[in-house]
Amino acid sequence: MKRVLLSGNEAIARGAWEAGASFGVGYPGTPSTEVLETFARFEAVRAEWAPNEKVALEVAAGVSLGGVRVLATMKHVGMNVAADPLMTLAYTGVTGGLVILVADDPGMHSSQNEQDSRNWGPFAKVPILEPSDSEEAYRFVCDAFDLSERFDTPVIVRSTVRVSHAKGLVEVGERRQHDVQPYTKRVGKWVMMPGMAKVRRVEVDKRTAALTEWAETTDLTREEPGAPDAAFGVVTAGVSYQYVREVLPDVPVLKLAASWPLPPERLAAFAEKCGRVAVVEELDPYLRTNLLAMGLPVMPEDVGHIGELEPSRVRAAFGLPALPVRQRFDDLPPRPPMLCPGCPHRGVFAALHDMEAIVTGDIGCYTLSALAPLAAMDTCVDMGASLGMGYGLHKTGSTADRPIVQVIGDSTFAHSGLTGLLHEVYNTGHATIVVLDNRTTAMTGHQGNPVSGVTLHGEGAPEIDLEAVCRALGASNVVTVNPNNLKRTAKTLAEEVERSGVSVIIARAPCVLLERRTDTNTFAVQPDACTCCDMCVQLGCPAIAKDPRTLKAVIDPALCIACTHCVQVCRYGAIKPAGAACDLPEVRS
Amino acid sequence: MNEVTTVLLVGVGGQGTILAGDVLARAAAAEGYDVKLSEVHGMSQRGGSVDTTVRFGPHVYAPIVEAGAVDHLVAFETIEAARWTHYLKPGGTLLVNDREIHPLPVLTGAMAAPQALKTALDYEGATFIDAEAVACEVAGPKSANLVLMGALSVSLPFSEDTWRSVIEGRVPPKTVDANLAAFARGRAAVGG
Repeated sequence: MKRVLLSGNEAIARGAWEAGASFGVGYPGTPSTEVLETFARFEAVRAEWAPNEKVALEVAAGVSLGGVRVLATMKHVGMNVAADPLMTLAYTGVTGGLVILVADDPGMHSSQNEQDSRNWGPFAKVPILEPSDSEEAYRFVCDAFDLSERFDTPVIVRSTVRVSHAKGLVEVGERRQHDVQPYTKRVGKWVMMPGMAKVRRVEVDKRTAALTEWAETTDLTREEPGAPDAAFGVVTAGVSYQYVREVLPDVPVLKLAASWPLPPERLAAFAEKCGRVAVVEELDPYLRTNLLAMGLPVMPEDVGHIGELEPSRVRAAFGLPALPVRQRFDDLPPRPPMLCPGCPHRGVFAALHDMEAIVTGDIGCYTLSALAPLAAMDTCVDMGASLGMGYGLHKTGSTADRPIVQVIGDSTFAHSGLTGLLHEVYNTGHATIVVLDNRTTAMTGHQGNPVSGVTLHGEGAPEIDLEAVCRALGASNVVTVNPNNLKRTAKTLAEEVERSGVSVIIARAPCVLLERRTDTNTFAVQPDACTCCDMCVQLGCPAIAKDPRTLKAVIDPALCIACTHCVQVCRYGAIKPAGAACDLPEVRS
Repeated sequence: MNEVTTVLLVGVGGQGTILAGDVLARAAAAEGYDVKLSEVHGMSQRGGSVDTTVRFGPHVYAPIVEAGAVDHLVAFETIEAARWTHYLKPGGTLLVNDREIHPLPVLTGAMAAPQALKTALDYEGATFIDAEAVACEVAGPKSANLVLMGALSVSLPFSEDTWRSVIEGRVPPKTVDANLAAFARGRAAVGG
């Protein structure tokens, strides 16, 4: 046994590997991504990025059917995409253990909503384990595989940002061999036609009863005694437990390992012992509602249900004095994330800004173009929504004076854009779609995808021919541009929005973070030639600043990567290579 | 009494706070402490504000803390220093990299840069160190994060050998000597 410092995500991967899982599959999404990346580095495993979470869970179901233990990973909103197989896998159950890691993002650090994945428990009738740190993440995932096979059910392990992206010490062990269970045809279990599903539906409730018995006795759930004069006890689970211990060291605590199914007898006994119980939980009043429904004496003290929990909220809920705090600095400029210097997306959004297009956007780095100064995105809802929403908006006719452009990244297009395109073609829409193909899944840390042609193990894979795919799906015109050529990009966009039918523009240039640049060219603004017109400043490049005294543009040589976007928009030729007076690098179209 | 020490590293995405936090957490673990580290990945890394919390002691529960609970605040940038100063305990130490990176609203002229920030931080008890300049003396500007860890290390109860062996194990092999030198310069810069 050795103690190692692991993030929750690394611990989850380690737990799955030690439990004998030899297959992992998922779709990247913060804060879940590193689980599968870590799992892929273990020996004797196969790990795969799927085009989306639904496919991932279906692949996982197939692996389970083949008698092999399998881990499926996704972020909270990814589970929505995987919900279709999930709800019926709850009926079929498993052969090899099937564990689904779903990572929530309370506080929305990197997400479009903060849905609470505990609700999948009662909804899908699938057990949910909630670790509170790396050590538990490791242990719970190991046990989740046993639980999955013992009770013939997929098991969800629900993590949150402060578990997944927190590091702690974990006592790790060795991998246990898990024997493959040979495939046997079992129609009643795996063919969910109504006749068979009705039989399985009854089995699901029998299983729930058995799981409830397990929850009543498992030592993964633990009761921690408090001071003899404690006035109440606390029921909690997941990372909320850590904040309870931090702020209320003397109260008795019932720390639940599983948020579904709950153990009614254990909860009632704890409540009786404590007299009254308080609930501390992050996001939805999930435990509170359940405990109240059980008729338990739940105290009104409440930490709130919006945003991320932190110790001060526990302190405030229980009437404890706040820590003394220094005065805050007022009026500091916010520091929103931004597109990198040289990001190829900038060329597309600068053009969309200039043509005053209505842009239905999507999920990725490029969502940052919604912020000033580009401010060139009107919507961002879910993976793939750019297409359907742009189409629907166009159908209303209420925006006839402005072009609508649907913008989606390469990985997002593979995830959920293809069916949107199909809808538009099928329903004979007029549409302009831009696929931002930067050859990677950039926002989550440069994962390969079917378009980029690199697998999770770093192997080459067939690169999907995006142009051919779009043509095959019926797009009436497909054109490819290099978004680093701003003039050409703007011209192409202007032409395509006027074209009837469904037009797809593939804006292809690799993410600037993918390639380490060997040249060290930078550019500088010639103050005499600069007219303070702000054209370059309005690109929103982190390397370009407006000097507050002279109002002229200044380029930070430490950040400039010589993409020439600013050179291309400067009408006065004021931006030249810094140092030597060499020719401008040619921008290929 | 469970004495837990909390260090908060703040800066701008891309400044190397994640490696610095990792080195700090591993040094604490190597010294036999329980340790937790928390950081946020994803969207904020694209040039946005970033923060890493490292806590160590006999037993650590919460991975993050509230305002007023930090023992040592290490700011890799002055505006971020100001943004997080209220997280410091009344007697907490404030170490600030003497470097201001303007966020987009300032770059584009939509907002003014804060005035007299250094004076205000000085009033809060800041120790300034020009980490990039110090790093450039012995390595390159990217080693500024280890200069800052060197400066922080003087306030923490870990042996210099522990720090050095952790750094050796965590930075790219070719950069070990440069990073160790940057760390040593950071210690020296605050009189360690």
